This record gives sequence, C-alpha cells and structure tokens, in this order.
Amino acid sequence: MLSSDPGTHEHELAREHQPQRLLPSRAGWLLRYAGSRFATILMTLGGAFIFTTLVLITTEASPLAAFRLIVLDAFSSPIKRADTIMLATPLLLCAAGLTLTFSAGLYNLGIEGQMILGAICAMIPLRLLPDLPPPLLWTLAITGGAVGGGVWALLAALLKLYGQISEIFAGLGLNFLATGMTLYLIFGPWKRPGTASMSGTQPLPAELWLPRLEGLRLAPLAPIIALIALMLVWFLLEYTGWGLSVRAVGINLVAATRLGVPAHRRLIEALVGCGMLAGIAGALQVLAVFHALVPNISSGLGFLALLIVLLVQARPIWVLPVVLAFTSFSIGSIRLPLALSIDSSISGVLQGALVLCALIARSLIKARGASERKA
Amino acid sequence: MTNLDFMHIRVHNLTKIFGTLRANDGICLEFAPGRIHGVLGENGAGKSTLMKLLSGFLRRDAGEIWLDGNIIHLDSPAAALRAGIGMIHQDPLDIPAFTALENFYCASSPTILPNLKVARRRLIDLAEQLGFTVQPDIPVRNLTVGQRQQLEILRLLAGGARALILDEPTTGISAAQATALFAALRRLAADGKTVLFVSHKLHEVDELCHTISVLRSGRVVGEGQLLMPQPRARLLAMMFGQTVEARQPIPATPPAADTHQPPVWRLEHVTLRDGALTLHRLNLTIYAGRVLGLAGLDGSGQQLLLRLLSGRLRPLAGRIFLHDRNMTRSSTAAFRQAGIHYLPADRLTEGLIGTFSLADHAALLQPSFMLNRKTARATAQAAINSYQIKAAPDTPLAALSGGNQQRAMLALLPQHCTGLLLEQPTRGLDIASARAVWQQLLAYRSAGTALVFASSDLDELLEYSDAIMIFCGGRVSAPLPRSVCNITRLAEMIGGVGFEVTDA
Repeated sequence: MLSSDPGTHEHELAREHQPQRLLPSRAGWLLRYAGSRFATILMTLGGAFIFTTLVLITTEASPLAAFRLIVLDAFSSPIKRADTIMLATPLLLCAAGLTLTFSAGLYNLGIEGQMILGAICAMIPLRLLPDLPPPLLWTLAITGGAVGGGVWALLAALLKLYGQISEIFAGLGLNFLATGMTLYLIFGPWKRPGTASMSGTQPLPAELWLPRLEGLRLAPLAPIIALIALMLVWFLLEYTGWGLSVRAVGINLVAATRLGVPAHRRLIEALVGCGMLAGIAGALQVLAVFHALVPNISSGLGFLALLIVLLVQARPIWVLPVVLAFTSFSIGSIRLPLALSIDSSISGVLQGALVLCALIARSLIKARGASERKA
Repeated sequence: MTNLDFMHIRVHNLTKIFGTLRANDGICLEFAPGRIHGVLGENGAGKSTLMKLLSGFLRRDAGEIWLDGNIIHLDSPAAALRAGIGMIHQDPLDIPAFTALENFYCASSPTILPNLKVARRRLIDLAEQLGFTVQPDIPVRNLTVGQRQQLEILRLLAGGARALILDEPTTGISAAQATALFAALRRLAADGKTVLFVSHKLHEVDELCHTISVLRSGRVVGEGQLLMPQPRARLLAMMFGQTVEARQPIPATPPAADTHQPPVWRLEHVTLRDGALTLHRLNLTIYAGRVLGLAGLDGSGQQLLLRLLSGRLRPLAGRIFLHDRNMTRSSTAAFRQAGIHYLPADRLTEGLIGTFSLADHAALLQPSFMLNRKTARATAQAAINSYQIKAAPDTPLAALSGGNQQRAMLALLPQHCTGLLLEQPTRGLDIASARAVWQQLLAYRSAGTALVFASSDLDELLEYSDAIMIFCGGRVSAPLPRSVCNITRLAEMIGGVGFEVTDA
C-alpha cells in the first residue's frame, strides 16, 4: 500500500485535528517499515547462510567454494544462463498465479496438479491435430493448458465453497489425481509404440517444439509469456478494482462482503486465474522443455513457487528477482557433485532455509513490534 | 493447613489491561469458603476478566492473588486447578468427540485417576453425590449444554478443585438443569467449597448467593462485598451506575416527526435460532425515519435480530418483508442492494479491512474496473473533513482509535440508505465522538432511513430511540415507546423482571 507520493499536506491537516495523540504518521511508519524490512532481510540471509554452512561443514568440501558455485555458477556460461531462464519460466508462471491466490488469502497447494493438467491438456491438440501449422498448434496447446489448469483449480474452488473442504486438502487430493492421470496416460492410451516407458510419451516431432535459440535449450517465447503473465498479475493487483477487492477478501472476507465485494466470486476467480497460469506453465514444459508428457512433468516446481511466494509475501514486484535467485541456486548446484563431491540437493537446503528463516524473522520482528507498542 | 478442603481467596489490587482498556482496575475482594459468592455486572464490567485471572486463563498485569494466606501465581488453567481453583465456562471447554468418561479422565493427573476403571467409579460416585445424571459412555457432543456443564463440574472436583467459578452458568440450560445446578452448588458450599457465581440475572443471585459484589467498568462498586439479601433497586443502581432515581433527566433528542412513515421491514411470525438462543414468533414492523433501540445484555438475542434484518441470518420459520417485497430467502447481497447496511460492533473483524486505509476503502467502493487512486484519496479526504476523522487518507484503519474507526464506517456508507443496522454504535467512544456519530445517524433518520441499534448503554437507548425493545435470554418485549421507558424499567427488564407485562 505504498505509493510514491509522500502526502505531506494531508499530514499537516491530520495533525491539526489531533494535537495530543501522535498520529501514526506516514513518514515515521515508512521509516519503521523500512527498518523492520531491512532487519528481516538481514536475519533471513544470515540465518539461511549459517544453516546451510552447518550442513556443508559435514562434507569434506570448503563451504565457501560450495557457496561460490551455488550462487555464481549459474551465470558462468551462455548455456547455463539459458538453462536458468528456462527453469525460471514455469516458476515465474506459478509464482504469478500464486500471488493471486495468496492475495485472496488462499493456500493453493493444488498448483502441482493444475500444472500437470495443463500439460495433459496441451498434449491433446498436439496429438490429435499434429498437421496444423505449428504456431496455431502452439496457441491451441497453451490455451488447452490454461483451460486444463483452470478447470482443475475450479474444482478445488467449488469443493471449498460448496463442500466446505479447505482448498489445501482439495488441492492435495487433486494433485494425486492428476499424477495418477499422467501415469495412466503414459502407460495406457498414450504409451510409446512398443513398450510404455517411465521416460514418458513418444517425443513430439521437432517441428512442433517451441523454437529454440541456436545451440541453447532456450525457447525465448516461453520466458516472454511468463514475464507477460507476471506483469499482468502485478497490473491487476496494483491498478484495478478487481485486484484491490481480491486483496480485501484475502485480508478480511467478512468485512469485504459487508462493503459489497462479491467475495466468493473473487475467491473462485483468483483460484482459477492461478490454475490457468499453472496450466500454461505445464503446457510450456511440454512444448519447450520435455517435448513429451513425462511422469514428473511438474517436477515439484509448483511447490517451489509456493515457497517463493511465501518468501515474498505475495508482492508481485519481488517475484522476479527471487525466482531468478532460486533458479540460479538450482542450476549452480548442478556442478557441485563433480567439482566438490557434494550432492546438488544442497540448493534445496538453501532455498528451504531462506523461506524458513524469513518466516521466523518476520514473526520475531512482529512480536517485538507488538511488545514495543504495548510498552 | 488444618483443613485442605477450605479455600479462602483474596485478590488485592488486581489489574488487567487490554490495550488502552483497564478491564480490571485495582480489584480488591475476598471470598470466604463455604459460601456462594455472586459477582454481578453489565457486559464489559470486568466479571469475566476477573474470573479468568483467578482461573489462570489470563495473567494479571498487577496486583496479587492470595490463596489461604499465600501469594500465588496462576499462569495456566492447569496451575490454577493444582492450586484448587476450577472454572466452568459459559461454553464448556471439552472435547466433543470424546465420551463423558474420556473427557473426565483425559485431563486428570495419573495420581488422582490412575486408570479408566477408577475414573469411571469416581465419576459415577461424584455424580451421585451431587445429584447429576451423567452417562459415562455417551459422546459429549450428544449431551446438552447443561449436562456438559455438570460433567465439567465433576471433572474439576475430581481434579482437586476447592473453589469453583461459574461464568453465567444458566445461559442455555433448561430450568430443571438450573434447579439441579443450584442444589449442587448449595451442597458444595455446605461441604466447605468456595463458589463464585457470575451472573447478570438478579433473581438467580437473589435465590442462590450469600454475598454479592458488583463490578462496573473494571472496578468494584461501593464498599465491596455485601451480604445478601439486598434490595434489587440498590443492586441495579450499582450495576448501571449512580442511584437510578437520582440520575439527571436525559436531554432526549426530539422525537421523529409524527407524519405517517412507510414501513421498511415487516416480520411475520419469524422464528430465529443461533446456537442455544432462539427467538420465537416475532411480529414486528419497523418504520422509515424512526430509531428502534434494542436493549439487553450481550447475547440476549439483539444480534440475532440485527443479523436477520441485514440478511445475514435466515429465519427458521416465518417471513420477512422489505418494502413489501418478500426477502425471506434473499442473500445478504440482495439486502445490501436494497439499501440495508450493517455496522458491526467489532469494527476491525467484521466492519473494515484493518490494513487498508480510508483511501483504499474509497477505492474499493469505486465501480470502475481501473482504480482511480487520485479520486479515492480525494473522497477519503472529503470524508475525513466532513466526519472529522483523525487520520490521513493513507493511514491504515487499524491504527485509528475506535471512534475514528466508527466514523470511518459511517463515512463509507452511501448517501441514501433504506435501513441502518448498528451494533453498539458508540462502544468504546468518548462522549464527543459518540455525539458526533449520533449526529450523523440522526441526519440519516431525518432523510428517512430506518435505524435499528443494539446498545448496552441505557442512556444512549433512552436518548436516541423512538421505541425500545428489550431482550432477555431470547425473550423479546414489544417495541415500547420511549415515553413509557425509564432507566429503572429498562434495567429491570434487562434483568428479566417485569417481562410478563409486555410479553407479546
């Protein structure tokens, strides 16, 4: 709720009205806000660093060398930079979607399933109409993905509103269902000629792949779509009445309803919007990364996006930098086993520690703020 | 200690502060063993806070609690029970899925009840002693509130309670259960237990208690504990402030113009239920341009009526008309569409979005797709000026005082309302703020809005209502014209006295 205008004039006015009690002035509030934000960031980074170092000490390798790889190696070559971008794409899409649901006060744990359904639905036109011109087919596949993810999210929303089942459990259940459907398709109707395989369906013909840059695994269209989606979410949340009402519902559903916001519709819209973006992410995994439907098409990226949005507290402008940081850790750590004989899963330790420390730091600072106010 | 069964409780200077509210402010009282001590007071007088301090549910901010001559620190309900104090809450705190026996057993310490067999015997014995009927193997969720209360009493006694605190125990239980409860309490007192009986019902206190202490605004009224019986008028005066008769006449607002006004709401044989509370066969017409006040202690049924009138609660039976349109099955949104607005007592949990500023709220009410922040700020500034809200357009509303939040809620109302429903419109407001709020409300009345408000402030009810309905434990009086109401009558009826005269 910060805008750039300092609003001094109103402050003067307000002070005149209230001589005794110090108004929670915007300048003071901003200063405290900035201070606590800085402290949070410091505690988060420090805590995650210490925790990861403790884990690293158990190995032979020097923690500093390991950190250097994790943090910097993702930017060391064009190939790695391309991989980082391609990994960031589904994360961006999912994180953008989850920003909507978090704003609405929903915990969309069904994001993985929505991504998987997107991938499945993207496969339908690719398999049924392979002779259409590729650009049309890509459009169909991505639209299919959006519809699939959206419908899957709609199911969770309806279960929540009409079945009184929390979106958390509805989503988790639907995730299992989606995984099951993928496996059924890979080993059943869509199995490879000959024998079915855990490595997925028959790869798509190369002309149906989303075009890549020469010599790299980077298909530029995918990150562009992801960035547009993120910008759209940011725009909706910051500049439209719809976005404001979604946030109002997320903070206080009862009060928002009293003020005339159609709260249930907003919940459905936020969930379906998130599902659509996750579905697009799934479709892009098919079109630009795996070129097939594979069993683990979502690769846990939906849950990682959930962590990221938790970390940035659903503020859209922070999504991009944090997504980039997280993906660079993942890509950077790939070389760890070869260079330092450390398992690459240490990037997951770092990512998890960051989120955990951020949550702890926030609640500590909040508790301190509360006790200060009381004093 | 000569006799472990006797407990003498003394509190000295006990103080509990919530934010800016001194819920208990230097309370000094003594409760002797072997007696039933009544604690009287209005809602918000501090009764429940005092009891929760004594039973370890809250921690005191200052003062001391003495048990049998020793200062004691009660920092949890378990610690309080170890010290010998047990509390029975209005809504029993038990585990609904467990059976009576499991509830009885699970919270006790192994030294007292080593196994289920012993527990069963003890439960049956204790129940028999007190004349309670508790079946050990029935899940608690199938029991009535009265039976659960009995079970709680037994559980606390088995846990070693020598003092029992009962917070409004007769709410939601049958008359027979109340009789059984009273008999059991008398027996416990005769056995030397200390019983604290919190109530706002005068006849119960009359019937049951040996001593009485009245709380008002977090303090003990008058010279402290009094021996019963006491004249009702005196107790009422202590509860509601000053001597009722000697109070200044209230400068009543001029009554609404006596022209014919169309009805806004019409209720036909409406029956309402929420939890244990039921309002039966209500017939009521509420007119435009009039103020209807709802008197009664919290939870006596006023909230139910307000929620019904705003479409938040559907009636079990009967019909509700709004401007002669049947709205019995309509949604809250439809009521809102029809110009009915509801201002809840709890401004931050139901009324406003705490982290949003007034400008954000103004933006939220904009009909356009794109937000216009500039217009929203201007709207907010205009509201701040005309309603004298002490805030900047960008201050989060949670940072404002209660009065300013109340004015913010008013400022966010549309220019024309068909009906306004207000719950405790001036609770927590200073006199100037309350006056400012009522000025705005009376302006709505002059413009033809029908106002219905629930308040625990009798002065407010008498000052601003054109008619007053009194609620007592689900009983409802007909709307009485203000001319026939006075403080004494209201206070009596709120306490359940004199209802038969007006029972509709």
